Amino acid sequence: MSGRRALTPWMLVSPAALLFLGLVVLPLILTVILSFHAYDHTSGIQNSFTLKHYLTVFSDDYYLSVFWRTLRLAALTTLICAVVGAPEAYVLSRMSDPWRSVFLLVIIGPLLVSVVVRAFGWSMLLGSAGLLNQALQALGLSPVRLLYTETAIVIALVHVMLPFMVIPVWTALQKLDPMVEAAAWSLGASHFTALRRIVLPQVSLGMLSGSLIVFGLSASAFAIPGLLGGRRLKMAATLVYDEYMAELNWPLGAAIAIIVLVANLIIMLGYNRLVETRARRALG
Amino acid sequence: MHRNGPIALFFHGLVVAFVLAPLVVICLVAFTPENTLSIPTTSFSLRWFAAIFEHPDFVQSFYNSLWLATLAATISILLAIPAALAIDRYDFPGRDALNGLFLSPLIIPHLVLGVAFLRLFALIGATGSFFWLVFTHVIVVTPYVMRLVMAALSGMDRSAEQAATTLGASHWTVFRRITAPMILPGITGGWLLAFINSFDELTMSIFVTSPQTVTLPVRMYMYATESIDPMMAAVSALMIALTAAAMLVLDRAFGLDKILVGQK
Repeated sequence: MSGRRALTPWMLVSPAALLFLGLVVLPLILTVILSFHAYDHTSGIQNSFTLKHYLTVFSDDYYLSVFWRTLRLAALTTLICAVVGAPEAYVLSRMSDPWRSVFLLVIIGPLLVSVVVRAFGWSMLLGSAGLLNQALQALGLSPVRLLYTETAIVIALVHVMLPFMVIPVWTALQKLDPMVEAAAWSLGASHFTALRRIVLPQVSLGMLSGSLIVFGLSASAFAIPGLLGGRRLKMAATLVYDEYMAELNWPLGAAIAIIVLVANLIIMLGYNRLVETRARRALG
Repeated sequence: MHRNGPIALFFHGLVVAFVLAPLVVICLVAFTPENTLSIPTTSFSLRWFAAIFEHPDFVQSFYNSLWLATLAATISILLAIPAALAIDRYDFPGRDALNGLFLSPLIIPHLVLGVAFLRLFALIGATGSFFWLVFTHVIVVTPYVMRLVMAALSGMDRSAEQAATTLGASHWTVFRRITAPMILPGITGGWLLAFINSFDELTMSIFVTSPQTVTLPVRMYMYATESIDPMMAAVSALMIALTAAAMLVLDRAFGLDKILVGQK
């Protein structure tokens, strides 16, 4: 009887566990191995092993510039999302109910709209004959070139990532009793002091976890740089796609993908530790 | 006393305009009678919606995505419910590791998953198979389902289960008559969230679809990199309308804020 009970959880969990071992762990191991395979432009993937792809990625100016752009644009996106998303979550939390639910839906609802659709919307707005330029010309101003620039990529990335910043800040603010802020005012604190001493510590925890998600997703974004960066402005994900589909150099593409994965994991784990330390300090 | 000041409301207005701008523009341009991307001013036309049906590849991709998302969400539920039960109700060696494994697709970039699946499928000769495509989507959507089902399981009152067990009901009867009905909102919410995520998935799918199994987002991405005409706006507008409809259902039934915000 006790033997059967010990088996029950294994039987319940095994179908999902087998699928995940076969389709997550195994393919990742195969990809790591692939990234060490030698590659020849005429005969394809070789059966010998080499570190050449990793060395190429870390020494070639082209690849380094793409990685640098990826980090820079992801960091900029995270910063803008924090500066816009945190105050927006605060404003939302101070609304009263019919409006609060409506606007929360407006802000986080686009999360469910396909990212291709949103990227396409921005390419219509920012294009050289796009609506923004039509508006500028109607006002008698000179048109600006935005599509296929880093600015366009950042604008669209902020649009896609904003909900990921608003959600954790909103969640953090829900835990804050509004009466505490009111108490600070009645004890003579100015609005600014109350905001700084009471709301901001709570908000910053949400901002930290939001930044983590935003940075990770921006650094591996594909559709936005693909549609708004054009053929020239590559980011890590579009670079991998090129290596696979255009250059057909799978081992090199695999090496870049593994670098993206490892960088992502290091940042996530390091950041998590930072958030935990801060949370512990904030809670005393 | 908790009123937002005029500056706060002005800022809020700007954010809302920014969030809605591309979606509103798509929905307007979709009705243009012109050949170019322009906002209709004098007359509206449905010609670009009609044009979709002259592109059988788009219609085919829509059905591919519909089938794919339905199958992936359903299989994911069938796998996630027993796994979530095991993790929530039992203590066994490797429990935390398995929980981490089931949530891992959330922190592995979809790009990396796509590349990894492509390698595996090339080696086992499964490239372009719809069957395997379904399982790649199961992997991607299962974390969302797991989180909602686990939240439902740990949040439910277990006294009814205990009463049924005391009265002699078997494990299966307890699950079927007590547990399943009580976690049904979590299951349904998880299914819908999985469906939407699968239907929208692009980055992983673009590596593992073949010309026969191309999904709608992949088709749209390919089309948009080559040419941009108002038909893309019409397809996009339809997708926005579908998403909005699904969102309203989700919101009425469970509260969208609970599903999207409370999923942590």
